[in-house]
Amino acid sequence: MSDNTNNPQKEALLSPKNQKLLSNPLDRDNPITVQVLGICSVLAITVQLKTSLVMAISVVTVMGLANVIISLLRKGIPPRIRIIVQLTVIAALVILVDQVLKAFVYDVSRQLSVFVGLIITNCIIMGRLEAFALNNKPWPSFLDGIGNAAGYGWVLLAVGFFRELLGSGTLFGYQVIPNFLYEMGYENNGFMILPPMALITVGVIIWVHRHRNRSLVDIS
Amino acid sequence: MEELVSIFVRSVFIDNMVFAYFLGMCSYLAVSRTVNTSVGLGAAVIFVLGITVPFNYLLESFVLGRGALSWLGPQFASVDLSFLTFIMFIAIIAAMVQLVEMIVEKFSPTLHSALGIFLPLIAVNCAILGGSLFMQERNFANIAEATSFGLGSGVGFFLAIVGIAAIREKIRYSQVPAPLRGLGITFIITGLMGIAFMSFMGIEL
Repeated sequence: MSDNTNNPQKEALLSPKNQKLLSNPLDRDNPITVQVLGICSVLAITVQLKTSLVMAISVVTVMGLANVIISLLRKGIPPRIRIIVQLTVIAALVILVDQVLKAFVYDVSRQLSVFVGLIITNCIIMGRLEAFALNNKPWPSFLDGIGNAAGYGWVLLAVGFFRELLGSGTLFGYQVIPNFLYEMGYENNGFMILPPMALITVGVIIWVHRHRNRSLVDIS
Repeated sequence: MEELVSIFVRSVFIDNMVFAYFLGMCSYLAVSRTVNTSVGLGAAVIFVLGITVPFNYLLESFVLGRGALSWLGPQFASVDLSFLTFIMFIAIIAAMVQLVEMIVEKFSPTLHSALGIFLPLIAVNCAILGGSLFMQERNFANIAEATSFGLGSGVGFFLAIVGIAAIREKIRYSQVPAPLRGLGITFIITGLMGIAFMSFMGIEL
């Protein structure tokens, strides 16, 4: 990524400030556990690690590109119709992602069903476009988009990991719980596959995250 | 008629937007602090879903679907515009939300002040787009069925958000572990409510 030309301040490509843009959303400003954005898809598609991974990659792509495009257009968008412009840009990118998924990983795309389309209304993307890309240069916006999408992605993968491991005893479809455990009476927890357990898993992740990071505790 | 009631009940309880598909979670979590605001948002969602789903159904069956353009003439019978679905649906939703807001503002200022801030928020509520996309996936036979599905999904969302708001108002007086307070406990309660709603699963209507 040589976006150096778009950065007239001659700032280093990965200056401390830019690194913050990338790393903050992974932890302190995590879009899911702290800002509570884009929850819908986290819950619905995390039954397996594979779908989670595909979804995370799709969101990283859409978000990075959408942030760059909106940031390039930011001086030309009239404030009154900005939401429609943003939705159109996102929808166009999502159509691209959807067609690519259909072409190369058709079975995963079937499993994701409507949730690929719902990336359009994923509030993280709109939220970052509104809050960041509209006021910043393309390169920081790109980093911000990638950072937030990665923050979203790791929660997605964490939830997918636990749900697939405990629910089906597999990871990416390969069995990881050894057979002798089953013979000793271990059973997969079928409950983990059901939708409500996704919510509880995210609840526990939030609990652990806030326990480690006391400044985030809700005092109200 | 029977079919319509059955679709309605199914989409309220069995295929509940929030508990079965987790759609509209963002506003569900953000606006459920008090019962009053959640009633406002719930009503707005019923309203918008009841309008956009039938509208998108018409769009789907007369413009976007495979062979849907054949009313223009036989040479259009093989046109398939379904790759445009997302962009058209979201455009319709954004336009309808804007239109509904203007109409409500004109004819019922009280309703407008009650729904006011929620209407623009709804354009990016995934429950709305999700409603239209599920409608497309399920191939309803006619527009009445699609409308009944849209209204039912809206009522399901309404029930869910009012329920969680009521619980959140009460839970303020409980001893919740500090890191779990606020968001964490809300997630876990929603999970438990989802388990309760799962008891409707398997009911044949």
